[in-house]
Amino acid sequence: MAVKTYYTREHEWVRMEDGVAVCGITDYAQSQLGDVVYIELPEVGAQIARNQEAAVVESTKAASDVYAPLTGTIVAVNDRLEDSPDLVNESAEDQGWFFRMEVGDEGELGELMDEEAYRAFAEELD
Amino acid sequence: MTDLLKTPLHTMHLAAGARMAPFAGYDMPLRYLEGSVAEHNHARSRAALFDVSHMGQLRLMGPDADAALETLVPGDIQGLGAGTMRYTLLTAESGGILDDLIVSRVPDGLGVVVNAACKERDTEHLRRHLGGRVDIIAEPDRALLALQGPAAAAVLAAFADLPFMSWREGKACGVPARVSRSGYTGEDGFELSVAAEDAETLAQRLLTHEAVAWAGLGARDSLRLEAGLCLYGHDIGEDTTPLEAGLGWTMPKHRRVERNFPGAARILDTPPARRRVGIRPEGRVIAREDTTLLDEANTPVGRVTSGGFAPVLGGPISMGYLPVALAAPGTALTFDIRGTLRPGRVVPLPFVPHNYFRG
Repeated sequence: MAVKTYYTREHEWVRMEDGVAVCGITDYAQSQLGDVVYIELPEVGAQIARNQEAAVVESTKAASDVYAPLTGTIVAVNDRLEDSPDLVNESAEDQGWFFRMEVGDEGELGELMDEEAYRAFAEELD
Repeated sequence: MTDLLKTPLHTMHLAAGARMAPFAGYDMPLRYLEGSVAEHNHARSRAALFDVSHMGQLRLMGPDADAALETLVPGDIQGLGAGTMRYTLLTAESGGILDDLIVSRVPDGLGVVVNAACKERDTEHLRRHLGGRVDIIAEPDRALLALQGPAAAAVLAAFADLPFMSWREGKACGVPARVSRSGYTGEDGFELSVAAEDAETLAQRLLTHEAVAWAGLGARDSLRLEAGLCLYGHDIGEDTTPLEAGLGWTMPKHRRVERNFPGAARILDTPPARRRVGIRPEGRVIAREDTTLLDEANTPVGRVTSGGFAPVLGGPISMGYLPVALAAPGTALTFDIRGTLRPGRVVPLPFVPHNYFRG
C-alpha cells in the first residue's frame, strides 16, 4: 500500500516512513519559486512546533520560510541539498526532502490536506 | 488586476512555456522551462535571446537635438560620432538620477532607449524641457530584442565587426533592423530594434541557431548584477547622485567645467559621503535588497540595493551603499539578514569580468 502524503496550506508535504515524518516542499511550491539555490536546514535535535519556521529556501526569486507541518524533533536533514539544492526543483516530493522528524502526535496529520484536497487548493491559487 | 501590456512577442513566450510576471506594466517572461540559472549560464557560454520590447524607444529629431539633450544630461552628446552610442543619465536639480538611458547618434538626431518603468515620466520630462527645440517621437510600434553571449557574433555574423557601443542599420536574418553592439549582461552581444510586425520573424530565425535560446527577466537581472550594472529604481534613483553611484565616468571633463546640466552644482561640489560597492556575504545565504549593512561595531552604515545568487560564482552577491571610509575592497562588514548577523566583505565590481568586443 502506498504511503499517504499530507499537505499544508503553506505548501509543505509530510509522510510517515518507518515511524518518522519526512517533510519537504511541494512540487507546486518549487514551480512557483524557480531555481532553488540554497536551503538553510534545521539542526538535528531541534524541537520544532507545528507551523513554526523550520527551514529557509532561497530561490533566484526570493527567500521563503518553510514551516514544520507537525510538532516534533528533527532527527535527520537531507545533506544532499547542500551541494545539490536543485534536487528540490527536480524531485520536490521525493529526493528533495528537507528533514525527518520524530513526532509525538500523529493525530496532527488529520488537520492537513490529502493529495486531492491540496491539488484543488493549489489550482485555486493559479 | 489591471490589464497588463503585451509585447509583440507575447504569444511566442507563452508557446515557449514561459512563466510570465508583471513588470513595469507589461506581462513579461520571468523564465522559461529551463529556469533562470540555466538561462543565465547559457548567456555566459552561448547566446541568450531576451525580449526587452517593454523598454522605451524614442527619437529626438532636429539640428538642435544634441545641445538640447545636453541641458538634461551630464554626458557628451555633441561629441557622439556617427553610428556610436553612449550611456548617460537624466539628472534632477536635487543631484539625483531620474533615469539612465542609452543615446545613439542617428541621421538628423538622436535615438534614445529608456527604462520601461520611466518611459512616461521621461517622455513628459523631455517634452517639457525640450519640446520647443526638438521633435520628440515615441516609437511604440518597435520591438527590442537582445542577443547576448559569446556566440552572438557568430549568429549575427554580418554585424560581427561592430565595436561595442556602436550600431548600424541592416538586415538581421533578413529583417530590417537597427543593430547595436550593446547589452545589459556584461557579455558581448547585440540589441536589435525592429518593427513590431517583424519581431516574431526575427526571433524565430534567431532561435533556429542551435546556440540561441530564450532567457527571461530573472536571468537578465542576475547577469547584470554579476556584471555590476545598475538597475534603475534600485541601485540608482532620485536619492543617489552619479558620483555616489560610481557613474562619474559618464560626466566628461568639459561637461563638469560647463556645469550646465540639472543638479550640476550639487553633484560636483558635494564630495560623495557614500559609494556604491560590491559585497559578498560569506556562506550561501543571499543578502537581498534592503538588507541592512553594519560596521564592525554593529552600527547600521548602509543598505543593500540589489542582491541575488550569482550562478558563475555559485554563491550570493550584493551591491549596496557604504560610507566612503568603508567602501574599499576587502573591508569587513556585517549583514543583518532576517535578524541574523552574517559576515561579508567589500569586493571590486564587476563580480564577473566584462566580455565586450572592442573591435
